[in-house]
Amino acid sequence: MRALWGAMTPRGKALLAILVVALLLAPLAVNRYLLSVLTLILYFVYVGQAWNLMMGYAGQLSLGHALYVGLGGYVSAALWVHFGIGPWLGVFPAVAVGAAFGAAIGWLGFRFGIEGVYFALLTIAFAEFTRIGFDHISFTGGAGGLFIPYEEKRLGEWWNLRGGQPFFYYVAFLMAAAGVVIAALLSRARIGFQWLAVREDEIAARALGINTFRAKMKAVLVSSGMTAVGGVFYAFYNNSLFPAQVFDIGRSIELILAPIVGGLGTIFGPVIGAFILTPLGEILITAIDRIGINAPGVKAVFYGLLLMIIISVVPNGVWPWIVQRFALVKRQP
Amino acid sequence: MWSIYLNVVTQGVLTGLVYGLMALGLSVIFGVVRVVNFAHGEFAVIAMYAAFILFKAYGLDPLIAAAPIALAFFAVGFVLQMVLINSFVSRPEHEQFILLVGLAIIITNALLMIFGPDAQPTNLPYAFDSYLVGPLIIDKVRVYAATAAVAVSAALFAFFRRTRTGAAIRACADNLIGAAVVGLNVKRLYALTFGLGLACVGAAGGLMVTIADATPSLGPAYTLLAFTIVIIGGLGSMSGALVGGVLIGVSEALAGFVIAPSMKSMFSFALLIAVLVLRPQGLMGKKKA
Repeated sequence: MRALWGAMTPRGKALLAILVVALLLAPLAVNRYLLSVLTLILYFVYVGQAWNLMMGYAGQLSLGHALYVGLGGYVSAALWVHFGIGPWLGVFPAVAVGAAFGAAIGWLGFRFGIEGVYFALLTIAFAEFTRIGFDHISFTGGAGGLFIPYEEKRLGEWWNLRGGQPFFYYVAFLMAAAGVVIAALLSRARIGFQWLAVREDEIAARALGINTFRAKMKAVLVSSGMTAVGGVFYAFYNNSLFPAQVFDIGRSIELILAPIVGGLGTIFGPVIGAFILTPLGEILITAIDRIGINAPGVKAVFYGLLLMIIISVVPNGVWPWIVQRFALVKRQP
Repeated sequence: MWSIYLNVVTQGVLTGLVYGLMALGLSVIFGVVRVVNFAHGEFAVIAMYAAFILFKAYGLDPLIAAAPIALAFFAVGFVLQMVLINSFVSRPEHEQFILLVGLAIIITNALLMIFGPDAQPTNLPYAFDSYLVGPLIIDKVRVYAATAAVAVSAALFAFFRRTRTGAAIRACADNLIGAAVVGLNVKRLYALTFGLGLACVGAAGGLMVTIADATPSLGPAYTLLAFTIVIIGGLGSMSGALVGGVLIGVSEALAGFVIAPSMKSMFSFALLIAVLVLRPQGLMGKKKA
């Protein structure tokens, strides 16, 4: 951690400090709507960070991360709805189930040498398979969805993840901050360098004595487990879960946009990506509403265009470009 | 009892051949250009809407309309490859993926804005006609659509096997540097291939309208379907795409009949997972060197 802090220029340190303070004080200054947008941004920072560990660092393209969000959400919500087990306890089985699925996919994929496009398809197939499966599990409400009842008297129970918008904002803030710290720590740990080696050249990594299978498995486990925690937040924040929504491939894509736009394999890439994309989407929706066009697909079309432009113009993401342009991090000696 | 199953399987085979034609486009593109077209199903849905409009506005039979649609799609594919995708050919996989996913998102949502989310039935006059063959009752439309799909696939096979251009494209797929060294215009051949791939989708989409109703949300579903088929058959293998198509068609039909229609694609995905794990190169694919 100290090494990371030390790597930043004074300007970078100042900006980070300002950002953290501004985010901590935000609920005092902004209205409910803006706070919900900020909450969404921080949620995407967190899940983006989780996905980035797997793709950005270990180089394993997962297009099915909605699977882990959905599993985490469903496990914790079902425990709460059916057995009254609060999310503070439910988060552990949620993570366990998410990580177990991650481990299964990783094991199948890595053990049998499934790479690149094929691995990405394996992740999609698992997510879709689970989506259709949940449509038919009546215990979790099937296609009709699982609802967490809104109870006025429970609103203050923060330990059960029940609260108002400011409460969820701070939860999201904590998760995002934890996500950044975890990514920073892992990227500077031994495993982080092993991941980079695997990403750049797996055969060479193996030649160096790295157990690439274990390194990749660790990446999947950490990433899927972290994402499942995001799912718990998602479930209790939205109070409803539908298989067609949470497991949809659109969700998986939405979740990976921020790190890609911000910069794969960078710690602040997912942060900057989420802070660019989510507000842009919201502004667009408001603008379209103002003009009076009722077109549900406009936002998505805009996202699509943005994706194509960004990947054509700055394929490495926005963050590396900003770092260079504004000198936020010290040059590597 | 067995005759019902026979009926279901026949339906599945016929639908599967149309699926196969769609997947063939994906396979051809990947086999040569080495880019995975993540907007494949979305293009199929554009073709479905095109056939739908041609039928509603001019009374043009979708089976005939599939030809001009395929031609138009060829042009679109050629231009798309020339303008956009050629510069992405040597880039990392995830960048190609993002480019095409961006395109897919635009297509699906543009269709949503234009046509709305509701399914648009084509209502062909002969939609409910059928042939009686012994115990079998076979839908006429499926027979026509499947025959057309086989014809187009056969034409494509012939093109790759018999013509000089086809041989040149195969050369690019087998040995890119070699092809460039002997003076083949690789970029143009890639564009040609992408055009041919999209022509397959265009034709398949036009035919598909006779057996399924057009709706924007079919796009991602068809992309996944095409992938499943191509992986099961073997990425890059042309015959594999047709075999995979038939396999998926039959498995969907049987699962829809025996268990529940809403669970039919679950079996396709299970099949995909099984093939990926047991035989990643696909049923008809060549083993990686």
